[in-house]
Amino acid sequence: MMSAVRTAAAFVLALSIPSLALAEEPGNGHGPVIKAQDWSFAPPFGRFDKAQLQRGYRVYKEICANCHSMRLLSYRNLGESGGPGFSPKAIEILAAQAQVTDGPNDKGEMFERPGRPSDHFRSPYANDQAARVVNNGALPPDLSVMAKARPGGPDYIYALLTGYAKPPAEFHMTQGMQYNKAFPGHQIAMPNPLVDGVIPYTDGTKPTVDNYARDVSAFLMWTAEPKLEERYKVGARIMIFLIVFAGIMYFSKRAVWARLHRRDGTHQA
Amino acid sequence: MSHPSTYTPSTGIERWFDARMPIPRMMHDQFLVFPTPRNLNYWWTFGGILTFMLAVQMVTGIVLAMHYVPTADGAFDSVEKIMRDVNWGWLLRYAHAVGASMFFLAVYIHTFRGLYYGSYKAPREILWILGVLILLLMIATAFMGYSLVWGQMSFWAVTVITNLFSSLDALIPGLGTSLVEWIWGGFSVGGPTLNRLYALHYLLPFVIAGVVILHIWALHVPGNNNPTGVDVKSAKDTIPFHPYYTIKDGFALVLFLILFAGLLFYAPNFLGHPDNYIPANPLQTPPHIVPEWYFLPFYAILRAIPNKLFGVIGLIGGIGVLFFVPWLDTSRIRSTSYRPIYKWFFWLFVVNCLALGYLGSQAPDGWYLFFGRVCTIYYFGFFLVLMPILGFIERPKKLPGSITQSVLGPQGSHPAEAPPHVAQEPAREGAA
Repeated sequence: MMSAVRTAAAFVLALSIPSLALAEEPGNGHGPVIKAQDWSFAPPFGRFDKAQLQRGYRVYKEICANCHSMRLLSYRNLGESGGPGFSPKAIEILAAQAQVTDGPNDKGEMFERPGRPSDHFRSPYANDQAARVVNNGALPPDLSVMAKARPGGPDYIYALLTGYAKPPAEFHMTQGMQYNKAFPGHQIAMPNPLVDGVIPYTDGTKPTVDNYARDVSAFLMWTAEPKLEERYKVGARIMIFLIVFAGIMYFSKRAVWARLHRRDGTHQA
Repeated sequence: MSHPSTYTPSTGIERWFDARMPIPRMMHDQFLVFPTPRNLNYWWTFGGILTFMLAVQMVTGIVLAMHYVPTADGAFDSVEKIMRDVNWGWLLRYAHAVGASMFFLAVYIHTFRGLYYGSYKAPREILWILGVLILLLMIATAFMGYSLVWGQMSFWAVTVITNLFSSLDALIPGLGTSLVEWIWGGFSVGGPTLNRLYALHYLLPFVIAGVVILHIWALHVPGNNNPTGVDVKSAKDTIPFHPYYTIKDGFALVLFLILFAGLLFYAPNFLGHPDNYIPANPLQTPPHIVPEWYFLPFYAILRAIPNKLFGVIGLIGGIGVLFFVPWLDTSRIRSTSYRPIYKWFFWLFVVNCLALGYLGSQAPDGWYLFFGRVCTIYYFGFFLVLMPILGFIERPKKLPGSITQSVLGPQGSHPAEAPPHVAQEPAREGAA
């Protein structure tokens, strides 16, 4: 009997019941709470706001692109349907503003030329090491699919860009880091990139940090999901088809099984 | 197979085939007139759904393979290229990724259905074992497929799972390490690993298709089990597969596709992990490495066991124990509907599996680890203790005399007195 009790006790101990476990760590795989925003591209019928994407592209180009690459995008993408909808002429101009290394030419030398719509977005640094040297050891991540690479997506990007604040009194900051309410751990190497009025808007939108953050978050959602509008449109047709088809199948099924029920009802041994 | 052939070739070309390779006869006997219990509910439609999903995965997968680059430098970008520059590439890739989740959803429902209705009991043991084999192959295939994206979660999942083999070092020092390096094709997960995972990911679905054919063969010898678990006793207990079950399976498939399409078009990344949109980086470990949702219960079992080797044994045993279910269950009857005690433990087992799934997604400390251990004990206790014991001590409820009686009531054999079926029928089907 005693040995049985002892075995049971050992068994329970082996489960290692947590002693103080009611005080749950808030950081058990979950970062700070990210507030959901209203986006024009919310499913199921959302669309990107072209003007917003164009403004977002400006914020990206003037601010983010100084440190962050976006290697999966090409200038031509900016004119494709479901995107910011720049005109072919505008895209040529935007592309030509970048100097791209091409080659080798007939003499075997690499050369610089103005960008074309088919070129990928030019990266600000030659390689990751070069990026780290300039940025105090931190590597600015590529932004192509950033809106899918963080929990919360565009909500998170917006929260991060508007989340810079003074650290709480007792919070210990590492040298060279900034306090951010949305960033996991609250210490981010990126300095606050947005200031009110730093980029003039021409379409009447107020040039505020809040609008910059919102616009560039929408733009990053588009770069991460350039086929989002097409996906919703095709989805709507498929859903309508399937729901109608399900109705037809339901009544067909009832009609077919009714034969069986009739047979049971009238069956004579 | 289990019933005499009723096929009569009516045209010249049918007679020509029938004398040489009687495929039309097989199709007629096995898929058109195949005698199927008349009381199968909607839980029985998942076999057809699974066949459809296997086809979806193979068709989308083959086209994806035409555009995918299985190298450490090219994999992540080629997936994004498929999403951006290949015609309908986003649809193919999301259909394949969400399709994997839907495939597992269906296979788990199918397995729980078999477990609930005792579909593994004699004479269907081989049918069940082939099914568990398919599940194992699916797990291997899905794991390898997930690795091909070569994002952070892909890379670190491969690292964690392949490293499990190093636990064999506890048995023979050096054995596990050598095995792991052999699997990797190097001293860490890298390009060679990705390339072989890709080759196997392309191969295994065809193996699955082969075992599926055996699974259907093994089904067509004893025929379907049914919700009562009572054997087919007379021709009146059965109806031809076509049109009754083709239409019923078809309706269920369309409903299933609505769920599939809803996720595919409106939340394709809902079941994925954001970290897998970060390219693989061998120098940076993600804070929490978690597998796809369909592996979480097994992951919870692995982490609940403190010893690495026993953890791996628990992980493999979680599936492996299913192979022995036909002999672990000592009950005389099949269907859980007629087992008043076992029924409670069965549904507790379902809840337990869902709980393990949740616990697998959380960091293994504090109460998460504690409940992970409790649930792991129940998981194995259910199969190894409850199943054998309950079969002996439980008094099952009275079974219906036949399938027909269960549908039409005791008067079913005297149809003249049978009540109108309009009232009965929706209730029975709605129960599914």
